[in-house]
Amino acid sequence: MFGLKSDWVLEPKPRSFVKEDYDAGQAKWCPGCGDFAVLNAIQRLCRDQQLLPENTCFVSGIGCSSRFPHYMKTYGFHGLHGRAFPVACGIRSRRPDLNLFVATGDGDCCSIGAGHWIHGLRYNMKMVVMLFDNNIYGLTKKQTSPTSPKGTFSNTHPDGSFMSPMNPITVSLGITNTSFLAQTVDWNPPHLYATLKAAFEHDGTAFVRIMQRCPHFTPDNYTPYQNDPSKVLLMTHENGIQGGEAVEKTFKTQVVHDPTDRPGAFELAINHDVLPIGLFYRNPNAERYDNYSSVGADMSPADKVEAIDTLMDHYVV
Amino acid sequence: MSSESINPVCGVETPVDHGGESGQRVKEHIVEIVSDSGEGAQTAGQTFGSISAKMGNGVWTVELIPAEIEPPTRSLNGASGNRIRVGSGPVTNAGDKADTVIGFNEQVLYSRIDAGAFRPGTRIFLENKWADDPQPVIRKAYATALADFQERGFDVVEVPMEKECLRFVENPKRGKNIWVVGLLCCLYNRDLDLVRKEITTKFQRKGEKIINMNLTLFEAGYKWARENLDQFYVIPANPDKTPRVVMNGNQAIAMGCMAAGMELCSMYPITPATSVSHYLAQHFKKVGGFVHQAEDEIAAIGFAVGASYAGKTAVTVTSGPGLALKTEFLGLAVMAEVPLVVVDVQRGGPSTGLPTKVEQSDLMAVLFGSPGDAPKIVMAPSSIEECFHFMITARKLAETFRGPVFVLSDANLATGVQPFPRPELSEDWIAPPIDRGTWDANVSPYQWDEETGVSARPVPGQRDGNYVLTGLGHDDKSKVAYQSNINQKTIGLRSKKLASLQKTLKPPEVYGGDSGQLLVIGWGSTRGAIEEAVDYMRADGQLVSSAHLQFLSPLQPGIAEICARFDKVITVEINYSDADTNGLGDQPQRRYAQLATILRAATLVDIDCWSRVPGSPLQPEAIRETMMQHLETLGGVKCSV
Repeated sequence: MFGLKSDWVLEPKPRSFVKEDYDAGQAKWCPGCGDFAVLNAIQRLCRDQQLLPENTCFVSGIGCSSRFPHYMKTYGFHGLHGRAFPVACGIRSRRPDLNLFVATGDGDCCSIGAGHWIHGLRYNMKMVVMLFDNNIYGLTKKQTSPTSPKGTFSNTHPDGSFMSPMNPITVSLGITNTSFLAQTVDWNPPHLYATLKAAFEHDGTAFVRIMQRCPHFTPDNYTPYQNDPSKVLLMTHENGIQGGEAVEKTFKTQVVHDPTDRPGAFELAINHDVLPIGLFYRNPNAERYDNYSSVGADMSPADKVEAIDTLMDHYVV
Repeated sequence: MSSESINPVCGVETPVDHGGESGQRVKEHIVEIVSDSGEGAQTAGQTFGSISAKMGNGVWTVELIPAEIEPPTRSLNGASGNRIRVGSGPVTNAGDKADTVIGFNEQVLYSRIDAGAFRPGTRIFLENKWADDPQPVIRKAYATALADFQERGFDVVEVPMEKECLRFVENPKRGKNIWVVGLLCCLYNRDLDLVRKEITTKFQRKGEKIINMNLTLFEAGYKWARENLDQFYVIPANPDKTPRVVMNGNQAIAMGCMAAGMELCSMYPITPATSVSHYLAQHFKKVGGFVHQAEDEIAAIGFAVGASYAGKTAVTVTSGPGLALKTEFLGLAVMAEVPLVVVDVQRGGPSTGLPTKVEQSDLMAVLFGSPGDAPKIVMAPSSIEECFHFMITARKLAETFRGPVFVLSDANLATGVQPFPRPELSEDWIAPPIDRGTWDANVSPYQWDEETGVSARPVPGQRDGNYVLTGLGHDDKSKVAYQSNINQKTIGLRSKKLASLQKTLKPPEVYGGDSGQLLVIGWGSTRGAIEEAVDYMRADGQLVSSAHLQFLSPLQPGIAEICARFDKVITVEINYSDADTNGLGDQPQRRYAQLATILRAATLVDIDCWSRVPGSPLQPEAIRETMMQHLETLGGVKCSV
């Protein structure tokens, strides 16, 4: 009545949140794990956006990085290996009010969950997807992943892996209705933060591949880029990721890339001489499945009964 | 009935004189319409069934569906059509042998002969155009079959269906089915006004020209029958004053989804479950709901689990092969206590099996399919009416007991059509809006009641309720816990929910006498056939009864006590079991039917079984024969005084 919603709550004083309000305590990753940097960036983002913890939800699959929700003091869903996308899409389908994040790894997303990855990007529901790519299965103790470089010595390929790695960016670029594709690294906090912030502000599924160090099983995979920042290619553009001065000082190898240029993004992604970071592609006007799926979520029980009654009448003899 | 004059579209002006009391009165008849796929036999069958229901007859119709869309014509596997059983009183199953058959060609009838659907004396109205087919092979096949049918004792009436239709339309492939409806409506003295209305409604969207063409064909078929047939039937009806609805099992499940207040159906196409979502896809938006066609079966249940976690209890609809793929998420729903309704419309298995045919062989997979201890609630509707009402119960139980609830239907119920009293809808069935109130921070997300195992569930959006759901072992705060004492306790609490539900259930009702020689226990769609067999036997004075289980997990209480009142107990099921003498003579290794195995373990009663996998509903007659054999092993047939 009087236009008030039933969920309207009188807040005696405005709530404000500090970073610790999103921190669920000691994370159990290995010392030196890149996941800590992402956790820190996300907690900063939540604070800076003043997200209500009860309206924020982290969904993950299985793997080291999929423990992420446990370390956030928000709602969380730590589900099944490879299945973060369907769960997150199901949550989003009827709950446009929640802030939704997905944490997934290279095995979780690009191997066992590859089918859901393709369709998740196509559905383009509003959520941030963080692909923690450490090129290895960590939690099951060092097996080859789809993004492991050729020749990776692992417990499943003790003589070195046979196949060249899959490139999650080129795959994602090929998916119809992909709307936001970015790549960043865990060891540069400003760029990581700026990328996640842009992802959060995107109106659709924002897919962020985070090059994530695993000190235990793939300690050397990213050291060339860490030791020599010129091997990192910073994509810049007025509509791209705005990393700030510090980022531009660190990564001097730069290219201006318009994020509406999909073929250009592909060219950059397949260049394996350098590690491109920044925004590959963005289309803010891509169709969103959640705009269809959430229709009617606020219909009243009385209206429903009336509508069902009418349908039932069709069957009356 | 049929006393009104007929619309003179094709010159039939006078009411048919054989009607009323002058036709032969029969209590019931079974009619089959069988054609190649795409010739409209199903439309004809549905129309005839619907008219009969509207006249107040008891009706059960079941579809005969090939697995392929357009299989080769004139082939045994391509048979498509409908069986319609029409009775004076309520009809609860598809019955035994057909009385009247319409065959669009002779070859498709062999699939029905294989299924044991005909008897000597079954009257077959057979399209006779094949006798003059330009191809000698076809002419010969027709002649051979005709002779064979006569040898089998069928009463074959050759009918020039196509020739008659060609007088009105250019392409008899479109419309022959409605001509046949005319023939049947004359044969069974159906109410002409009702038929006209039915045809008009059916073709409403196709425009007046098509409506008129079909009315013409209908009346031509009617007229032909009146002029050429000499025997007609009257199946007295008891027009019921209470409002009734007519729908098939999958439509009832779809209506049930809506009436239960579920807002989301997440599915992946699979026969014979998909038509639930077809109906929902058409109408769900009118009640604020949505059908999600997922990329695969796993995503379908994952999406539903996500929505349920977020406070919007969802349903996923599948069949055997899809169920197999969903097992991991089912385990998660049990472990993390996510309410969820799963409909399994069972078909023949294993593997792809018999996609369009009935079987009851998913019971074990549903009960034990998930690795680890994963207790679930499992219900099995036994009628179209229960398909509707069980959906409402299922959602309530899913919410109350915080976990997955199965509704085990099957291909027989999916396409079976039966009238039932119009449900009175209730706002209480509809889920309330999401609670966005504050959660009591002192209550943990799994604050299990030690007595019942039940706990309240915070939903995203509720302040101070935030928790991280996990499929890992966890304590009441949903914190990952591997400690042995916590695991033992929490698995026990989740199991306790079944025990708590069981406390609230009633023992199954015994149909027939409270005690006696033989008790038949069944579940699911076989109820009508079993009870009809019991009726028949008891009318003959034999001491047989039946009990039908609505809950398969937890089992209803009191089953052992009921069994103790009978000399022998058997289950009757549509799944595989070794025969009593399995050829190898290894009795201890005998494989029992699925419910029998469960009941033997649960009751320690030496329960026997009779089960078959014919890909078709069990016929009452076959069940009667089985009962007779068991009575004989009990030392002869006793009769009540």
